[in-house]
Amino acid sequence: MIYPVLEVRGLVNRFGSQVVHDGLDMDVREDEVFGIVGGSGTGKSVLLRSVLGLQRPQAGTIRIEGHDITQLSGAALRAVKARYGVTFQQGALYSALTVLQNVQLPMVEYLEELSECARDELAMLKIRLVGLPAEAARKYPAELSGGMIKRAALARALALDPRLLFLDEPTSGLDPISAAEFDELMLYLQKQLRLTVVMITHDLDSIFRTCNRVGVIVDHKMETDTLERIVDHPNPWIQAYFHGERAGIRLKVAHGA
Amino acid sequence: MVLEVRTTEQGIALDLTGEWRALAYRQFDSALAAVDMAGARHIEIATARLAALDLTGAWRLREFVLQAQKMGAQVTFAGTPPDQLRLVDETLRPIEAAAAAAAAPRPVKDLRTELEELPGETEDATLTFIGRRTVTLWRDLSAALAFLGRVSATGLGALPRPRSLRPTSITRHVYDTGITAIPIVALIAFLISVIVAYMSAQQLRNYGAEIFVVDLVTIGVLRELGVLLTSIIVAGRSGSAFAAEIGSMKLNEEVDALQATGVDPFEALVVPRVIGLVISLPLLTVIADLVGLVGGAVLCASLLHIPLDEYVSRVSQAISPTTFWVGIVKAPVFAALIAMAGTHRGMQVSGSSRELGRLTTVAVVQAIFLVILADALFAVLFLEMGV
Repeated sequence: MIYPVLEVRGLVNRFGSQVVHDGLDMDVREDEVFGIVGGSGTGKSVLLRSVLGLQRPQAGTIRIEGHDITQLSGAALRAVKARYGVTFQQGALYSALTVLQNVQLPMVEYLEELSECARDELAMLKIRLVGLPAEAARKYPAELSGGMIKRAALARALALDPRLLFLDEPTSGLDPISAAEFDELMLYLQKQLRLTVVMITHDLDSIFRTCNRVGVIVDHKMETDTLERIVDHPNPWIQAYFHGERAGIRLKVAHGA
Repeated sequence: MVLEVRTTEQGIALDLTGEWRALAYRQFDSALAAVDMAGARHIEIATARLAALDLTGAWRLREFVLQAQKMGAQVTFAGTPPDQLRLVDETLRPIEAAAAAAAAPRPVKDLRTELEELPGETEDATLTFIGRRTVTLWRDLSAALAFLGRVSATGLGALPRPRSLRPTSITRHVYDTGITAIPIVALIAFLISVIVAYMSAQQLRNYGAEIFVVDLVTIGVLRELGVLLTSIIVAGRSGSAFAAEIGSMKLNEEVDALQATGVDPFEALVVPRVIGLVISLPLLTVIADLVGLVGGAVLCASLLHIPLDEYVSRVSQAISPTTFWVGIVKAPVFAALIAMAGTHRGMQVSGSSRELGRLTTVAVVQAIFLVILADALFAVLFLEMGV
């Protein structure tokens, strides 16, 4: 049996009278790249925030490696948070810290016994691993290009070697070549480090290149299937998404290959 | 246990077990550090029983291997070395090789040395420091003058077209900086005049001249304290708000968006704030003056037994026709200084939120400094004019 790294059951999120999620289920299995897709305003970010423990849902359970984070608080929740890495859409690097310090921050928080020297080397290891030049370590986020910010954010997410990685629109704002490079990097790391990746994305290229399975948020619930099968799902929004003009070319490529 | 150590004929054999993950660093770090390698010529490492090995674990293992090799031991793996170790090795080796090639005679450099050799901040010698500061100061000054010029040009240029002065925006700023500041300004004015009256009463009582407390409070509040305290409060309240508002708009690229739409950010953001504050600060000063006089009256009545009608007639004797205006005329000047310090620093924000905090602080400190400096200049001017 494949053990679900992340399991969401019956998630309900409401803001006043506005229903965002109503009984949403989601399963993410070990070692897969799971794409979350949905139209604007369908609650992809709300889902991510719930799963990260940044906001409490009205109902439902969210299990990360077996721990129900909706029931946890304090030190227990903190311990679960050390097990996953996140990159935010705009990078969310701490602007007052250099890239090196950004990567070291989770280590300082969780691994007090790590010597300063070890911390420097481990942080440099992560910075090199995501393909940043050594000079970038001393730079501040304001001095980096968009692509470098995404890579630095990835390095910070990997600081504690999590098995579970959340990426919020990792390729948005990148040119197609940089986006493809980022996808390749992500796939490479995913294979090498045996990561489970949950990715919110709008980028069809990215979905076809990287995702094993895709969850589409429609009607406040999630339709999950493998990439090959989800494109034939009868839901009109899913049809429009994967068979619209912008997707047509890619489908041909994906099926032809 | 994460590590089992056995002694063999040639040396030692290590058997790694359990989870070698970042969050368990303490356990395997201390276990590896405790391994006694002295005299071991051969070290065999078995990783088959490892439940998990992440990059942090692999890095620590590699450190151990390098250390063992440096001490002359031969390190082998039972079976193939773990993939993670290879990944760490592949990432780190090119850097170390390049570093070693660049400095051949020296021992193999590690990442740590590379890190330290990156260009960082160098410490300035005293002369360099003074020079740097002078240039910065000069640039700051010319930037401030350029800013003043641009605000004046934009403001005056907008005069023939009153609509482009943005009356709605000005009204909002008069409300934000003026109306909402009334309670705190009134409270401070009241307390300060009570304190002044109380302190002077104690001294003047020695000479039996308590009645002059009224003169002191009246002239002190109307000429100096009313306008000065109001300006300092407003500098703290609104000077910082201006810098922070405009600064976060800069960070958010809202200022760029304005500019791209063809709207001059000076016309839309800076001038309305300056005009708004120039309107509201004199009005606040009038309130501060009034409340200050009331405060003096309250203290005189309660402590010195000077009845209200005597207080009022004494006040009208004490003030000359210019006393009130000498105070109030300074208010618009102070207002312009505060507003420009705030908006100028706000427009200078770029890059990071740290910059926003720094420049907001600078805005407030400079606004208060400029207000006090201008007050001193006014004092000299009024002395020369004989008012």
